[in-house]
Amino acid sequence: MKSFVGRRTEVSIGLFLLVLLVLSSVAFMQGKRKALALSGPHGGRSRKKKLHSLPGYYGLLTALWCLLPALAIIGIWSACSGTILTTLTLQTLPPSMQGLPPDQRNLLVNDLHNLVAGHVAPRDIKPLLQQAADRYKEMRHIARMLLGAVLLLVTLFSSSVVYRRIRPEMRARNHVERIIRYGLIICSTVAILTTIGIVLSVLFESLRFFRQIPLTDFLFGLKWSPQMALRADQAGSSGSFGAVPVLAGTFMISGIALAVAVPIGLMSAIYLSEYAGKRVRDWAKPIMEILAGIPTVVYGFFAALVVAPCIRDAGSLLGLNVSSESGLAAGLVMGMMIIPFVSSLSDDVINAVPQTLRDASYGLGATKSETITRVIIPAALPGIVGSILLAASRAIGETMIVVMAAGLSANLTANPLRSVTTVTVQIVTLLVGDQEFDSPKTLAAFALGLLLFVITLILNVIALYVVRRYREQYE
Amino acid sequence: MKGEKRASTRERINSGLAKRYRRERRFRMFGLGAVLMSICFLGLLFGSIIGNGWSAFEQAEVKLPIHFDPAMFDVDNLAAADYGGLVKHSLQILFPEVKGRRDKRRLYRLVSSGASFVLQDIVVHNTGLIGTTREIWLPADDEVDMLLKGHIRRDVPESERRLTNQQIGWIDYLVNWGRLEEKFNATFFIAGDSREPELAGIHGAVAGSFFTLIVTLALSFPIGVATAVYLEEFAPCNRWTDSIEVNINNLAAVPSIVFGLLGLAVFLNLFNLPRSSSLVGGLVLTLMTLPTIIIASRASLKSVPPSIREAALGVGASRMQTILHHVLPLAMPGMMTGTIIGMAQALGETAPLLMIGMVAFIADVPHGFTDPATVLPVQIYLWADAPERAFVERTSAAIMVLLAFLIGMNAFAVFLRRKFERRW
Repeated sequence: MKSFVGRRTEVSIGLFLLVLLVLSSVAFMQGKRKALALSGPHGGRSRKKKLHSLPGYYGLLTALWCLLPALAIIGIWSACSGTILTTLTLQTLPPSMQGLPPDQRNLLVNDLHNLVAGHVAPRDIKPLLQQAADRYKEMRHIARMLLGAVLLLVTLFSSSVVYRRIRPEMRARNHVERIIRYGLIICSTVAILTTIGIVLSVLFESLRFFRQIPLTDFLFGLKWSPQMALRADQAGSSGSFGAVPVLAGTFMISGIALAVAVPIGLMSAIYLSEYAGKRVRDWAKPIMEILAGIPTVVYGFFAALVVAPCIRDAGSLLGLNVSSESGLAAGLVMGMMIIPFVSSLSDDVINAVPQTLRDASYGLGATKSETITRVIIPAALPGIVGSILLAASRAIGETMIVVMAAGLSANLTANPLRSVTTVTVQIVTLLVGDQEFDSPKTLAAFALGLLLFVITLILNVIALYVVRRYREQYE
Repeated sequence: MKGEKRASTRERINSGLAKRYRRERRFRMFGLGAVLMSICFLGLLFGSIIGNGWSAFEQAEVKLPIHFDPAMFDVDNLAAADYGGLVKHSLQILFPEVKGRRDKRRLYRLVSSGASFVLQDIVVHNTGLIGTTREIWLPADDEVDMLLKGHIRRDVPESERRLTNQQIGWIDYLVNWGRLEEKFNATFFIAGDSREPELAGIHGAVAGSFFTLIVTLALSFPIGVATAVYLEEFAPCNRWTDSIEVNINNLAAVPSIVFGLLGLAVFLNLFNLPRSSSLVGGLVLTLMTLPTIIIASRASLKSVPPSIREAALGVGASRMQTILHHVLPLAMPGMMTGTIIGMAQALGETAPLLMIGMVAFIADVPHGFTDPATVLPVQIYLWADAPERAFVERTSAAIMVLLAFLIGMNAFAVFLRRKFERRW
């Protein structure tokens, strides 16, 4: 049995796709040829009529009807075949192996897949598992043969049906354009599917978490220490999942970041739009945009390497006890990163204020700074508030800077010189570790993710609402 | 009551004028100061990264006389020969006065542990070397490298140093003899990741980034353009279309780590795609860059004037033909600029890829889309955590490579925009 499996050539999906491509090209040429053959110039003594659409469309219609049903079948097969084959193979195993608890069963399935893919050297594998792997490969080969036969039949059937109906009056272009439009609609739903996917996946796992840890504990608990016992008598096994210290850390670091970014961003937006000449603006704006384009990993490295030791040294000079993973370091660097967000959004809003307001203010004798502070900023205030809220939501969702510069211990403190942790750091730590997937420890990450998603969503909605409701409409 | 006692309005205004002008000047200084501060931050960032990473492009190498003793080689199995022994033997020849196991071990530690693999490569490719003696440049240990670059201070007491006085003496002797030099660090660009700093390189990470970006580009560009075309040209004004638009705007503002959670829950757990592969990374990054591409494409489609569309319709084209043959080619430069900028953002993303498992230590260079891989930003993150001093400069050098790629891509986007953009 083993040698027989080894000698057979593997029929792969790639081969099917290649054959499909060739068949579609043939269908295209045949369709086009038939359309040209059936038609002729209008009038004249032959009974041939003019083609409704360009000949290429008839060929394209045939080719599409050849290709699309086959692609759909291949898609469905790829999605389902793995699970179906695995279930069938597992049913052929002795009952002792079938009745294993779920985590051992998953290990078994993993071993099976590794054997089938040839990743494991077949030296010290149980013979039962090897036989199961061989059976899997057999069944997969048969399934692929079946798939090939079905594909061939479907392709030939659908393309011949269309081929038969080719006539000069057939509105091929309309059919092709309808197919293209359905394709466009399907692509547009990817965005909605993504949102639904995010909400469902995070919600689903969070509900599993909330079944083990009550919601009030999570939202209002004051202690975050996500340890779960692996054994019943393990020390340090009490886990508390109160999210308040983690949220407090997030808001503190974001607060420091906004305290840095909002003054600098707003003042530079004002300077660049009101005071600076064109040449200065042409140079300064792109340079500030560069701040937005630098990957956050670089900021995190900079924070951990340069800023945090600097702050610690400065703090020890002043006699303060500064942790080397202080919230101040992470907040400062995060502020650096979101300066361009505040600056460019505010710049757009300030430029949108019409010149007539400025001229009226100058006409009354105000200096430039008085015009800005008393006329323009109040006029642009909704947009500026919106940009601050968007920058805040960016700061709250930021991950890499805090992972590299902030700490892991959830201290509920208002002192920026101590180390605090944020929601994103906890999500990364919980999921990059090696706890099993069902334990509350890893599921807590999804609950935190849900919290993060909801908070940023609310901030974005408020920002949008504020801008839309309070924006002045200038004619 | 224009007053004798009260000053006239004009005088009152004039007396407050100096203060107002001073306030105006202060305000303007604040504005200029803010701009300069941002530029200073940028300069500080670049300066510290470049200052730290510059030295990583050189690596200490030691020239050893290796005698390829035929007795140690079995012709059928060249890989099993004791290459480490060859290195130790040549060190003994250079320093015959070193006796005692502990001293000898300290001597052997001056050469990198990867030197044996370098020798293995040389012999396997050129079996004619067996029986000869050659001077071969081998990588030195990273502590030696750090000493030569000045990161290990000599004036600190011996117990606080990683190198003993004896080892420093040997190193100085080799340098004076011309057998220990800093050479161009080609390993950095050729090798994959490694636990030893002197053997670590970014080739694996760059290959992983390349495959991931190809998957992202191949998926997000068609889907993004298709969505933009549908929303801009065909969509009727109803609630369904509104909800799609609201969704896209929301997705653009969702934190990137939530996309990582989505990838973990759906692509890895539900679809059972191979963990830590470029394929899954590309899928997650596609979902992240779709909103950017859609918004940029819509803007460029909107900028094509209606006269083009009406002219095409007037000549007899159908809606689809107008769009495919006339509007889309004219909007293509804007779409490509938006795509390049989206790709540049995707290149720098780390957090979602950590969630789908690309954080593992992968020493091989990936060759396909389903091989386990890592990307350059994640490699930077992993190296930033490593304890060896030599990794600090390598992390900075990797950041320089990443920034060079990003600057290149953005400059290309700006160039395309300047060259092909048409102002109607």
